[in-house]
Amino acid sequence: MSGGTASSAAGPQRAFLEGGHALAEGAIQAGCRFYCGYPMTPSTEVLEYMARRMPQVGGTCINVESEIEGINMVWGATGGGVRSMIASTTNGMSLMQESMSEMVLGRVPAVIVNMGRGQGDYFQCTRGGGHGSHRMIVLAPGSAQEAVDTAHRAFHLAEKWRHPVLIYGDFMLSHTSETVTFAPPSDTLEPLPEKTWVTDGARGRKPRLLTSLGMRLESESPIASAEIGPGGHSGTDTTRPMRDAVARHREIAAIETRVETAWLDDAEMVVTSFGILGRFARYAAKLAREEGMKVGYVRPYTLVPFPYDTYADLGARGIPVAVFENNAGQMVQDVRLGVEGRAPVHFIGEISMDGSGFGVGPKIDALHVLEKLREVYSRRHAA
Amino acid sequence: MSEATTTDALASTVKPGMEKVFTRSPLLGTNTHSLCPGCGEPNAVRVLMESIEEMGERENTVCVLGIGCYTAFAALMDVDCQQAMHGRAPAQATGLKRVLPDRLVFTLQGDGDMITEGIQEVIHAAARGEKITAICLNNAAFGETGGHMTATSVIGQRTKSTLEGRTPERHGYPIRLPEMLVGFEGVAYLARGTVHTPAGVKKTKKLLRAALETQRRGLGFSLVEVVTMCPTGWFTTPGDGPRFQQDNLLPVFPVGELKRPRDLTV
Repeated sequence: MSGGTASSAAGPQRAFLEGGHALAEGAIQAGCRFYCGYPMTPSTEVLEYMARRMPQVGGTCINVESEIEGINMVWGATGGGVRSMIASTTNGMSLMQESMSEMVLGRVPAVIVNMGRGQGDYFQCTRGGGHGSHRMIVLAPGSAQEAVDTAHRAFHLAEKWRHPVLIYGDFMLSHTSETVTFAPPSDTLEPLPEKTWVTDGARGRKPRLLTSLGMRLESESPIASAEIGPGGHSGTDTTRPMRDAVARHREIAAIETRVETAWLDDAEMVVTSFGILGRFARYAAKLAREEGMKVGYVRPYTLVPFPYDTYADLGARGIPVAVFENNAGQMVQDVRLGVEGRAPVHFIGEISMDGSGFGVGPKIDALHVLEKLREVYSRRHAA
Repeated sequence: MSEATTTDALASTVKPGMEKVFTRSPLLGTNTHSLCPGCGEPNAVRVLMESIEEMGERENTVCVLGIGCYTAFAALMDVDCQQAMHGRAPAQATGLKRVLPDRLVFTLQGDGDMITEGIQEVIHAAARGEKITAICLNNAAFGETGGHMTATSVIGQRTKSTLEGRTPERHGYPIRLPEMLVGFEGVAYLARGTVHTPAGVKKTKKLLRAALETQRRGLGFSLVEVVTMCPTGWFTTPGDGPRFQQDNLLPVFPVGELKRPRDLTV
């Protein structure tokens, strides 16, 4: 920890930190007091930071025996009313999918971080390997500062919507050191609803049941018999959590969708990317403009809900979109859905890894992106 | 519902000169549940709720439930409950207990949940010495799915997935979880009880009370396995359940305390 200021419980107000550590400190300053993780690069860095910091703030950090144990510990701790987080990487995220799916249905407002290897987990994060009618809220920070802000925002959104929130970063974000400040973003200061999910012993109140199965307690209002499906348990409506989750997501999409854009007004072509790769795409767009190409830029910050409207506008204007991702083409599918078939969509990314497979390969390069933009721009009217 | 109403009606009409010797635990709801006739699980849950009431811990207790027939008890127990994924209750209870160390936290799981699907979770929770109480309702079968083999089905036991009876060659041997955990430093209390006789139910209550007391005193991990009847999963009649259990399960799963803190007086 640079500066040595984090030995106090309050933590630093400003620091030079790599993204993974910045996100961890942001979480602590957002009130996270339970963390667990299983070591795996590049989420190991979050675990190491938490192992040092949590005891200083009276919190708990557990080096868990599996990601499956970890996600369920976070479920229990969150159910106890304490802000709780787990970070993992790619394969570890695959292991957690069952619980993540049910935490959406059971409305467990935990924060889950995927510091992935490359960007090959876009489908995993936005669709998931999980089951049922669930979608996560997925935030993709593009810098160390945004990682801090996202930690604050993730806990805020989790409790605002009583919904788990997934933060998706990668090796490059986790290992890029930048100066960051830790004040909570203004949008996270609005008052939050009462924590009605907290199951901490029914002191002076009726018991509560935190469940994803649609069960109700005797003390709760009865369900109309018409709502109980054939063969369903008495007092159980197993479809209710799914129907509720779908309805809630429509509301979340209408209110919480966030996207960064630049130079769209006169754009004749747009480059789009998510996470820290957005900075390469933005810089490539800037270089393209210096060469006289009118290139615009779009970076979804919320991967779920996805900013389909932004791409629909581009589609309505017939503007070609080039999608730069460090994977075999995943977000490009959402972009195609967004433009609604009214503009050409070009995938200009690829899987670009170094020897370790951590996701920082030679094609993560603004000049490479610029070259791809030149190719697309030159055939934009032929497309 | 009708049976519960009858019990309550009897309890409230004690005639002069008669003593009221039994009543429903105030921590048990009166609504209906979906468990089969002859099931042993309600016996175990009744004495569990009586223990929590007698300890004065009703407003200080959180139950973490696994997935099985007993999950239905979530709607019947008058304490805070969290439902967990199949097998993962000890991990979930760990997270809860770590952030609320002064609460009484117990898991309620079956043999399929705790020992088949979730043995990693319970073993690591035991090794970490988590100050929780893990309760396993062991009926040696997946009752809710209609009678399939679990890790505790006994040799020779017929299930829908071991049609000619469980054989070691094809299906391996049953796991005795409390016996496995005896040598763990983090484990403070281990016991196995039964609910197929009135004496067994009474003894099981003492075991559960001792386990919860172990947790309350912060002495370490505690676990009680309760052998319960499952006539549906055993393909026998409700009336024959206790005999089936006595003849087939108890020789494999002997009852009694396996480990106990030296200074525990309960």
